[in-house]
Amino acid sequence: MTEEIIIAGFGGQGVLSMGKILAYSGVMQDQEVSWMPSYGPEMRGGTANVTVIVSDERISSPILNKFDTAIILNQQSLDKFENAVKPGGLLIYDPNGITRQPERKDINIYSIAAADEAAKMGLSKVFNMMVLGGFLKLKPIVKMENIRKGLEKSLPARHHKLIPENEKALTIGQDLIQPVHVL
Amino acid sequence: MGELRLMKGNEAIAEAAIRVGCDGYFGYPITPQSEVMEYLMAEKPYETTGMVVLQAESEVAAINMLYGGAGTGKMVMTSSSSPGISLMQEGISYLAGTQLPALIVNIVRGGPGLGTIQPSQADYFQAVKGGGHGDYYTIVYAPASVQEMADFVKLGFDAAFHYRTPVLILSDGAIGQMMEKVYLPDPIPRRTEEEVISQCPWASTGKPPTREHHIMTSLDLDPAGQERLNLLLQEKYRVIEEKEVLYEKIDCDDAEYVFVAFGLSARICQKAVHLAREQGIKVGLFRPITLFPFPKKPLQELGKKVKGMLVVEMNAGQMIEDVILSVGFQIPIKHYGRFGGIIPTPDEVFRMLKEKIIGG
Repeated sequence: MTEEIIIAGFGGQGVLSMGKILAYSGVMQDQEVSWMPSYGPEMRGGTANVTVIVSDERISSPILNKFDTAIILNQQSLDKFENAVKPGGLLIYDPNGITRQPERKDINIYSIAAADEAAKMGLSKVFNMMVLGGFLKLKPIVKMENIRKGLEKSLPARHHKLIPENEKALTIGQDLIQPVHVL
Repeated sequence: MGELRLMKGNEAIAEAAIRVGCDGYFGYPITPQSEVMEYLMAEKPYETTGMVVLQAESEVAAINMLYGGAGTGKMVMTSSSSPGISLMQEGISYLAGTQLPALIVNIVRGGPGLGTIQPSQADYFQAVKGGGHGDYYTIVYAPASVQEMADFVKLGFDAAFHYRTPVLILSDGAIGQMMEKVYLPDPIPRRTEEEVISQCPWASTGKPPTREHHIMTSLDLDPAGQERLNLLLQEKYRVIEEKEVLYEKIDCDDAEYVFVAFGLSARICQKAVHLAREQGIKVGLFRPITLFPFPKKPLQELGKKVKGMLVVEMNAGQMIEDVILSVGFQIPIKHYGRFGGIIPTPDEVFRMLKEKIIGG
């Protein structure tokens, strides 16, 4: 199994940390992982993205231009990465702030209204975990128990009290994800 | 097997330095390698192992702190990125001329000049062909993963002390910034003063009345003396070329065509090898791990078996000169490069292999 994922959105949405938790969870179940962030001018311009690869085998290139899954959290990222999903692949997007809907017909498209739901529930800080929960419902590449271990490893100890909230967000995300176009 | 962590390449270098018993880090911040010193400052090894971590006033100051530290037989290191490494060249030449061990890490960014903060491999010539003035080489390791970033710290210090020569780790912004799984070595205590004195009989460790002064200098105004030093250095480099070559071959046994690439480019080419083999094209990858000493002989042997080579580098064509010097002109050897912080994709290098070598 090799899953090649791009997560992209605004800085501050938890794009990099979502990728980090996913990568750490992969490590916890003894898989190979790589986490390659954008750290250049685009990061300073407000958008952030990270390529995460989880695999049973040694990972070759950490830099990719085609992905099994794209998790998209703003319009710029949708414009940039919609065409980078492999045919038959998966695109997940949060409709908040999306003005142009995805148009591909050869991929599976799901939406997750996590930004609205998180704001409504006062859980904005764990918005990214809702999105991750939605993704894992469709592609359970890491086990929930390993996500917990991944959270323990990637969060500093002073934030460990937030782990239950993160886990709740994961569960909510699983219910929130909706099909838009399924092959 | 040590402790398992998920770390950035830059952090892995810093953590490995603490664990191998490094005595001192001296540096000056520059993107994309600032995490090396940030990590060390956060870990505070000066409170645990006693390792000094110091932000110098400039790169020139940092490399001269290495010169001083190395002169006392201590395990000292610095890290920087391309423009900062350029500033250090005078000091690196002095370290080589004075035969002092030190570890220098270059997390390369695009150039020339201030360039960009994105990854590049454009410092190959500077790293491999000297960089500073005079006839000298540094041993150059090119890691392609976060694991190798950690492993090459120990390897680098061992070689630096064995040969009394500066050693360079030549990486790039992408490997510095990305996170992968890494097995960290078990911690080794820093050497005691007695161990330093016995292991480094050449070092400036305090003069007892029973021996002469240890004089460490690269200056000898007598040409005959200076030539003797040069011959000694050249003899050392021949031994290094004989004994320290490292490389990796992937899918080369039945390969008709090969990529030759180091560091990040090698990872991208490895993916391109998969893409080619999915289409039934027998492609392999040859990855030099040491850039000096360059793996001339194994590459020459491979050149006799394959129909062509594509050298992929994030520069305008630097390592290809060493590839051609090793292999000769019997088979087509072409170059594909991207510059200024652009990273080629696996699809792109596979397409270039087809265009420039297989179809050509």
